[in-house]
This record gives sequence, structure tokens and C-alpha cells, in this order.
Amino acid sequence: MVRLPYSTALTTLFSYGLLFAFGHLRDFFRRIIDSRKPTTNLKDYAPICLGHEDFYTRRLFNRVQDCCNRPIASAPDAWIDVIERYSNDGNKTIHRTSKTSRCLNLGSYNYLGFAAADEYCTPRVIESLKKYSASTCSVRVDGGNTKLHIELEELVARFVGKPAAILLGMGYATNSTIIPALIGKGGLIISDSLNHNSIVNGARGSGAAVRVFQHNNIAHLEEVLREQIAQGQPRTHRPWNKIIVIVEGIYSMEGELCKLPEVISVCKKYKAYTYLDEAHSIGAIGKSGRGVCDLLGVDPADVDIMMGTFTKSFGSCGGYIAASKEIIHHLKQTCPAHIYATSMSPPAVQQVISAIKVILGEDGTNRGAKKLAQIRENSNFFRSELKKMGFEVLGDNDSPVMPIMLYNPAKIPSFSRECLRLNVAAVVVAFPATPLLLSRARICISASHTREDLIKGLEVLSKAGDVSGIKYFPVEQEKTTAVEKLKKIQ
Amino acid sequence: MDMAFPVANATAAVLTRVSAAFNAPLARAVVFGVHIDGHLVVEGLLIAVIVFQLTRKSYKPPKKPLTEKEIDELCNEWQPEPLCPPIKEGARIDTPMLESAAGPHTIVDGKEVVNFASANYLGLIGNEKIIDSCVGSLEKYGVGSCGPRGFYGTIDVHLDCEAKIANFLGTPDSILYSYGISTIFSVIPAFCKKGDIIVADEGVHWAVQNGLHLSRSTVVYFKHNDMASLASTLEKLTRGNKRAEKIRRYIVVESIYQNSGQIAPLDEIVRLKEEYRFRVILEESHSFGVLGKSGRGLAEHYGVPIEKIDIITAGMGNALATDGGFCTGSVRVVDHQRLSSSGYVFSASLPPYLASAAVSAVNYLEENPTVLSTLRSNIALMHKELSDTPGLEISSHVLSPIVFLKLKKSTGSPTTDLDLLETITERVLKEDSVFIVTSKKSNLDRCKLPIGIRLFVSAGHTESDIFTLSNSLKRVSASVLSD
Repeated sequence: MVRLPYSTALTTLFSYGLLFAFGHLRDFFRRIIDSRKPTTNLKDYAPICLGHEDFYTRRLFNRVQDCCNRPIASAPDAWIDVIERYSNDGNKTIHRTSKTSRCLNLGSYNYLGFAAADEYCTPRVIESLKKYSASTCSVRVDGGNTKLHIELEELVARFVGKPAAILLGMGYATNSTIIPALIGKGGLIISDSLNHNSIVNGARGSGAAVRVFQHNNIAHLEEVLREQIAQGQPRTHRPWNKIIVIVEGIYSMEGELCKLPEVISVCKKYKAYTYLDEAHSIGAIGKSGRGVCDLLGVDPADVDIMMGTFTKSFGSCGGYIAASKEIIHHLKQTCPAHIYATSMSPPAVQQVISAIKVILGEDGTNRGAKKLAQIRENSNFFRSELKKMGFEVLGDNDSPVMPIMLYNPAKIPSFSRECLRLNVAAVVVAFPATPLLLSRARICISASHTREDLIKGLEVLSKAGDVSGIKYFPVEQEKTTAVEKLKKIQ
Repeated sequence: MDMAFPVANATAAVLTRVSAAFNAPLARAVVFGVHIDGHLVVEGLLIAVIVFQLTRKSYKPPKKPLTEKEIDELCNEWQPEPLCPPIKEGARIDTPMLESAAGPHTIVDGKEVVNFASANYLGLIGNEKIIDSCVGSLEKYGVGSCGPRGFYGTIDVHLDCEAKIANFLGTPDSILYSYGISTIFSVIPAFCKKGDIIVADEGVHWAVQNGLHLSRSTVVYFKHNDMASLASTLEKLTRGNKRAEKIRRYIVVESIYQNSGQIAPLDEIVRLKEEYRFRVILEESHSFGVLGKSGRGLAEHYGVPIEKIDIITAGMGNALATDGGFCTGSVRVVDHQRLSSSGYVFSASLPPYLASAAVSAVNYLEENPTVLSTLRSNIALMHKELSDTPGLEISSHVLSPIVFLKLKKSTGSPTTDLDLLETITERVLKEDSVFIVTSKKSNLDRCKLPIGIRLFVSAGHTESDIFTLSNSLKRVSASVLSD
């Protein structure tokens, strides 16, 4: 967890206070000016966005709008062409030019480097496109079930280590439609406090009661379980139908792994079911890429439901659920995304099939093993170098996601713009994706980054960090860093 | 005797003293120059005692929290239900497997069939130009976009696609989503919050119902496609309700209902909306690219100016033969979604090749508007041919590309109805090589409309395809439904 130094907290609060005060002042003047203007034909209609709902958007976010939603004109590979944009009215509207600048990509989820055209995957994808066309225009249970879909389900089940799997066209929709199919009113969902928005939406849409336990705090999870089983449903005290505990493999805003062995043992003791969301960890961690179970030595049979997405490590789109044959059979009959949504696009299915074959080594080469070793080495190298430079980096070793703390609202645009000026594309995250005071920059390492790319990235981050003043920890002077070693050699 | 005297003396002395006290004039005190009677002191004491009693907590038996041992016992006794119900015998989950593109003719389970199960309304599956643009996109951008729109997942083809769709429809801007059904269930919660009023048709499909549920607003359903019911609902909600002016009010309808094939009368809805001051959210998945002289949707079909519809959403998995969805409206509507629509912000963006396919599809539609008249004549022919099918009747609108056949006489239970219809579709596939499907329902869906056989008519079908289907369907339904 993040330890917020006192002085930083005070300055951050002061900055936000100033921004809010100015925002309210501007709103006040805007109201006076608007009351003098003639009314439009939307009289008698309540405004579509009430004043306070988009206060944050209008007054705070719009000032730094150019740091988000940056368009690119190439594949999201290790180097990208970021399209240059300009604004004439203080960031209210942004226009794009036709000029691009080539930047190092530290922001896309491209963990194994399958994002751009790949020598094994792309010819097969194009072949499947010519055979099956871009879409099946039909839901999976009607006419959208092709040979590729069945092949991928078997392959995913084999890769993850479960008996069966079901495929869905979007990772977000996987969570929000599967959870209501598994649990309903009278059930209890216990989810980690930092779970992703799709899990929150799925839990809300299911109608079950939801309780939250402190992030990665196993003692608190056990306490919540004991209390809830003993008390039963609120007011009637009837026992719960079933309890599902939902955790994620890697939390993308923290870069931390979940404490899976302890969670499994607690859930087994109290007979709760476990649901593991491996959106960021499947394919990226573990010796053979099989995710957090592989890394922490947990038997996949102990986790009841394993969910994952294909967007991050496999360079495609869509999600899957892997579980026992009975659960998958049940889901195929009830899951709304399976019954009502257009089935996954066949070229995207082929991309995942080829990517998994490369990772498993079934394409006849050892590129998969090389990629896995490369991403582990890259992540550990980058993380240790950042820490040596004095940045406050969160997350565990082996995780390819590295958040760097910024805290103050002014450092968010300054860090982002400085990095872009020096040709590095970095991602900055603020409220509402993170708590208000804990804004951060997030680095995602890829297996397609070479050592030179990483060293250039480190240099630029160091310079931008100096300009923004985010090196909160003392620099380690006694050990020379790899950067300086390389400079000495040159 | 000796003891009696002192006792008697003592008793007499006490009695004398007590009677003296009683006979003494009432004690008089003077406090601050005011005379106070003795009885006031007694009354004052009584009041003090009453007040003291009132302030004390009433007696409750003390609450004992559960001990650790008791909690352990409860945890050991508790037995959860299994995560899913056991597999029922004879449950059908095997769906036919396609081995080629889902065009008008496809290969299912090894043999060539006529395909009426894909919503390929303009016949764009297998179109050379679209496939070429996808190939170019795949070689340049790869398959996935590896990030949400906010974090370098915005590729220039997305911006081009949004501009193209907005241009085609005549609205200021549009926003792309990466999955068809996630469009509507992200748009509704972005605009409707707790306390708002939504009036929705009872036949809307599951994704709309999910969006309504997630928005936590007050939802009132009106009878399926019944304008009188809508008018009376609107009247009931706004009459005498002064608060209604300050809260946001929406009407949610679909242009072509996929649960029944009916078409919503947009001109009537717009008239009602302007009278009662509601906003309209229109779900156009099955009418975009199908209705209207040039395929611009329901608004063009009814001649309603597009500005009158506040929010239009559509999935692109039907006429445009690609995947994903879009939402369009005024600038305020579109901009608001870029930060507060969960399916847009928290999800990876649409794969770039699907966005290029959408752009090519819209270009094709603009250059070849005759494809719409082919589609319309196919639909008319289908209606003519199937109007005398034994045991089944067409319950969809004459212009809808979804032709919905339901049983003339239902058996009374939805499961037996479904069994009969499934038998018909299986036999049609096996005996005559025509691929048709029934409408399937999840148990999470609360729509009560009857199920039936859903036929998707495409501009790529030839007349002989339609004749094959109608002959086969008439023969099989006569044999299945007669006994």
C-alpha cells in the first residue's frame, strides 16, 4: 500500500482545494452570464447533466485533457506514432494535425509483443479473414458458432488447466454478464476493495449483496466471511445461498499480485467459491505464461472460476471463463452475452489461437519461451532501475505493470507533457480511476522492448521526474546504475 | 416492670415529638425575600425524582455478541448451494458449427445450406472491398488495440469511423464502443441516475433491461408497441407531479424489436415526447442501414428530423457486418460519455480492422443504395410466401428484416413450445439444408413476449433461396404441428 508523506498530502490537498475554489468561482460567473442569455428551446427539460455531476469534468479534467485520449497512427507496438494535436481555446476543444511524432510506447497493454503484425499470427489471421469474413453477424447460439470458436475454447481450457471454457467477445462484458448468471438474490459477493469497474457492475447487476474487504488483507477477508456467515442475510438472518469471493490476478492500478494461496485456503475453510479475474496476468507472468496460478504454485483445480481477457497478452479482443464442465454447461444456457451478443470476430479468434500456440511452443519455435523470459527480465530490470533513481514505484517483482506515484494535480500534466516532448508516451491516471490524492503514472513493459529502448525510457523518465519533482525517495548513490555503466563503456 | 418504664417513657417522648412536628405550623422558609411553603419543597423533590427516572435508560436485556466458538459452529454448519444446478438430461446445448463465412450460403456440419440465421441484411459478408480494407488494416495495425481509449488505444481509424458515422446520419459527433450489447447498457447508466424516470417498452431486449437495472432509476414499462398505453403512462407520471419538472425523464424504445420484429412508430413517439417533455433514447441495432430511403434508420423512414431524437445507439453487428457499436446525438451527449460511460472508459477499444470494416460498409451503402430495394423486395416476397404456413403465423412488421413466426396455437407452456419449434428447425436443417433458428431466452431475461422462429432476410438471398425455405418450412411444420 502507499504511504503518503505528510507534507505531500498537505500540498496535494491545498492544490486540489485551490482548483475546486477556482472552479466554483468560474461556475458562479457562468451562471450569472447564462441567466442573462435568452432561453433555448430546451425549456422545461431538466438539464441532461446536472451542475455538480460534471463539475470535475468541466473544471478540472478539461484543463489537462491533452494528456488523455492521445490518438496514434500506427500499431500499438514498442514504438508508436503519436498524432500531434493543438488547441486554440485552452483545451476545450482539441484538433488533430496530420503530423506524427515517433515515441517509445510505455502505455499500451502489449505484454508479449503480439500487438503489431507478427510473423506467425498475421498470415493465419488474414487467411481466416478471407475464409470467415470480419464478422458472423449472428449470436453464438444461432449461427455464430464456427470451427474456430470451438477450437479456441478447447485450447484455452487446456492452456489454463481447467476442463472446459466459454468464449465471449468483450472482456468487460464477460464480468458484467457472467456474475449475474452465477449468483442472484440471496447470495453474497465479497470482493476486493480495488476490483475493476466491470466486476463492480456485474456484482451490482446480479442482485446479490456485496461486501468489500480491504485490499489484499487476508485477515480482514476471514473476519468478513466469519461475520457474514454467522449473521446471515440482513434483517431476516436466513443463511446465504452461496458466497463468491472475487479477486484479481494483477491489480492494474497497483501492480500488485493477489495473495492467492492464502485466499484459496481461507475460502476452502469457509466453503466459499473463488472467482479469479486474470485480465492482466494471463500470458504475462508465470514460467509458462499460465498466469498467477503458475507463478504462485496454486493448482487451477482449487480456483472455482477463472476469468481472463485476450486484449492484453494475446493482442486480440474478447474474454473467456474457464471452469468445470457443469458450470460451463450452465453458463452456455444462461449467460446473456453468449445468447444475445454477436459472436467474437473470427480473425480475432484466430489471433488468440496462434498466440497461444506460440506461447506453448506448438508453432515449432521457442519464441514463446523467449518472450516470457524477456518480459520477466525487462520488468525486473526496469523496476529496480526506477527505484534506484528515487521514484516511488508500487507493485511486486515480476509484475509488468509499474505505477509511479505523482500525487499533486499539477505534476500530472507536467510529467505527461514533458515525457511526450522527449518522445516517450507515458500514461497518467488520476481521479476517478484512483483515489483523489493518489494520482500516478503507469508504466506497462512489453516483451518487444529491447534493452536500448528501456534505457532510453529510463533516461527520459528521470529527466521528466526531475522537472516534475517526483523523486520522493533518496537516490541510491553507492551502486552505479546500468545507465551510467553503459555511458562509461561508450 | 423495671424495663417497662423507660420504654414507655421513650415511646411517649417520641410520640410527643412526632405529634409536635405534625402540629407545628408548616415550616416557612424565606428565600430571597420570597415565602416558600413546605409542600412546595416536597413537590419539588417529587419532580426531581421523576425527571431523574425519565433520564435513565429503560431496562433491556443485555446484548451478548456471538462468541468465537459460536461463530465457529455456525461456520461449520453452513452448507452452500452448488455453484450451478446439475446438468439436466436431454438439455440441448450443441449448436450447429459453421465451417465457412456466414453469408447467404454457408457450410454447416459438413454440408452446404441456405443460411437464414445471420443478420447480414445488406449481404456484406464476403464483400471484396471490405475484406481488402480489413487486410490493409491488419497489416498496419495488428489485430487488437491493446488499451482503452484514454491510454493510447485511440487509433486514427476510430476517429475516422466516428466522423464517418456522424456524417452519414447528419449528427454533430458520434462515439464508438467495442461491443454491440455493451453500447446500450453503458449509455443508459451514463445519463440516467437514481431518481430519474424512465418509460420503457416491455419488449426491449436483455441489454436494455440490464442498462435500466444498472441505472437505478424508476422504470415504468408500457405495453409492447402500444402508443395508447405509452400516452396514458406518460400522462399518469406527469399529471399533478410538480417534481417531475426538475428530474430527467426518458423514453427508451427500440426501432425494430428483436424479440418480436415490430417497428416503433417514431412520429407518434416524438409527438408524445414533445408534449410531455421527455427525452428519447432509441436503440437502432436492426434498423441502421435497413430502414429509410438511403438506410439512415428509423428517423429517415418516418421523416422525423434527426435532431429531435436525443440519443441514438446501435450495434454494428448486423447491417454493417462488423462488430462493436456506436452512439450519437448532440455534442453534449457524446462528450459526456467520453468520461462517464463505463463500457467506453474501462474497456479496450474496438480492434482497428473492425473500425475500417465499418467505414467501408458505410461507404458501400452510400455508393450502392439499390441494395436496400433488393432487401425490401426479398422481405416482401418472404411475407407473401410464408403467409399460409400451416400452424405458424407472421407476427412481425411487413418492413422488418427480422421475420418472426410464432405458433398459431401455443401449447400453453414455453418449454413445450420451444421443443416444437426446435424440432421444426432441426428437421428443416437435416432434410432440406436450410439453416433457421428459434429465438432463445436466458433465464435472466424478464421479457414476456412469446418465442418463435426468427428469420433474418438478407439482400444477398436470391428468390430461389426464399422459395426453398418456404417449401421446406411449410412441409415440416405441417408434419410436426398436425399431430
